[in-house]
Amino acid sequence: MSTNTLARRGSGRSSDKAFHLATLAAGCLILVVLFSVAAFLLVQSIPAFQAQAEEVTGGAGFWSYIWPIVIGTLIAAAIAMALATPVGIFVALFISHFAPRRLALGFGYLIDLLAAIPSVIYGAWGYIFLAPLLTTAYDWLAANLGWIPVFAGPASQTGRTMLTAGIVLAVMVLPIITALTREIFLQTPKLHEEAALAMGATQWEMIKMAVLPFARPGIISAAMLGLGRALGETMAIALVLSPGALTASLIQSGNQTIAAEIALNFPEAYNLRLSELIAAGLVLFVITLAVNMLARWVISRHKEFSGAN
Amino acid sequence: MSKRISVKDLNVFYGDFKAVEDVTLDIAPRSVTAFIGPSGCGKSTFLRTLNRMHEVIPGARVEGDVLLDGDNLYGPGVDPVTVRSRIGMVFQRANPFPTMSIRDNVLAGVKLNNKRISSSDADDLVERSLRGANLWKEVKDRLQKPGSGLSGGQQQRLCIARAIAVEPEVILMDEPCSALDPISTMAIEDLIAELEKDYTVVIVTHNMQQAARVSERTAFFNIAGAGEPGRLIEYSDTTDIFNNPREKSTEDYVSGRFG
Repeated sequence: MSTNTLARRGSGRSSDKAFHLATLAAGCLILVVLFSVAAFLLVQSIPAFQAQAEEVTGGAGFWSYIWPIVIGTLIAAAIAMALATPVGIFVALFISHFAPRRLALGFGYLIDLLAAIPSVIYGAWGYIFLAPLLTTAYDWLAANLGWIPVFAGPASQTGRTMLTAGIVLAVMVLPIITALTREIFLQTPKLHEEAALAMGATQWEMIKMAVLPFARPGIISAAMLGLGRALGETMAIALVLSPGALTASLIQSGNQTIAAEIALNFPEAYNLRLSELIAAGLVLFVITLAVNMLARWVISRHKEFSGAN
Repeated sequence: MSKRISVKDLNVFYGDFKAVEDVTLDIAPRSVTAFIGPSGCGKSTFLRTLNRMHEVIPGARVEGDVLLDGDNLYGPGVDPVTVRSRIGMVFQRANPFPTMSIRDNVLAGVKLNNKRISSSDADDLVERSLRGANLWKEVKDRLQKPGSGLSGGQQQRLCIARAIAVEPEVILMDEPCSALDPISTMAIEDLIAELEKDYTVVIVTHNMQQAARVSERTAFFNIAGAGEPGRLIEYSDTTDIFNNPREKSTEDYVSGRFG
């Protein structure tokens, strides 16, 4: 009897199995964590939804309590994105396609360093340095563009306004957008860049023709990651913004975001107030989820033209 | 619109490394000229200097003159962007823009040079260019579909359509068939024979049969060894290069004794 030389000897198979189980466990862990957070939010926030209108902070029910700070959250994030996305893309393009190689490298490290600064430091910087600096600009805006509701005066004398908070957020989001889009820009196939250049495209036309269309899904993903940070950012807003009721003017004190509202009130909250804050967290979770789904939908709409086929 | 190219004493450098040395040759209008030679002999590098595409590589520079009907490509005040819009290029791997439809791919170069083009003019140009590239019949019903959905050979013909849509004076081809199957290669070679009627065509190829089939004139490039610059060894009628070469190394190469 000869033994089959193809038959497996040793333990290669069992280590394969162990590895398989380890990856499976890691995958399940994510689901468990996600589910437990979602369940926690839902269960803990039920009292806030069921409470009588006059019991809730503000005395007019949970929805009238939450909607001004939802709007505030969206405004802060919108200011941040409106400032950070174009600047981030241009900085990334500068690093990937215009700067001399050595300068680009140093610049790239600098941007990564910007991402490593803790948010509390950004908050302190915004509160102590940026806000006083901006007061004169706000006075000017109130005097000259005051007829536009968002610049209505009188301007805040501390500068701790929604616009300042949005600018601080933009600075925080900028490195995320820059770092990610830079990676995508660098991955643009040389083939397509050369195709554009060989037709007589200028550097900028080449970027419009080959780089930006290729990077489009990546730019959206980067912006969405940045938006996620801007929506959830707590410490910087809590320090910079002098909160108050919802106002249209961005240069007066007032407005509030969900994350800062939770952070500022959580230490003293109990019973229904705690439940309200957790419900506010649930709303933030839903907003972030919706933003992510929207981004995925936008990316998938152009799949046929992505070059992946 | 087809023009003559005259190259005089051209040296190409990558930084301090001299990649191509002392090339002088004349390329006639309305003809197909092939560049052959072993890998690394500088033929593709040299081809790129004919529309200044070598400048895309950091540190690449040339010494010498390239004249297009007497106008120096490297003269003062000459913008490489202008040069490239008049001297088109087709690459080794087909590179249609993946985010554009077939139609937009054909129009890409035209939209750069002349931003406003009426829709009916654009339709005409797309049809004319795709017919010129022998691709019209295959894609006329799916002009709005992405160019990346075509087969390799069709993509390469789409790139040729894109190149001829801007009505260049010269078309440079850098191993246009090396990634294609024999049938697609034949389609491209037929197309090159057509293009010759209107354009000056220069083609780099590793396939000596292809050079023999498509070109009137052939230039053989070679290098003495690793680290040495590439040189133009022999340049004459294709039939002479293949049947009656003057240089020993040309004969060795075309008869398959090396390379």
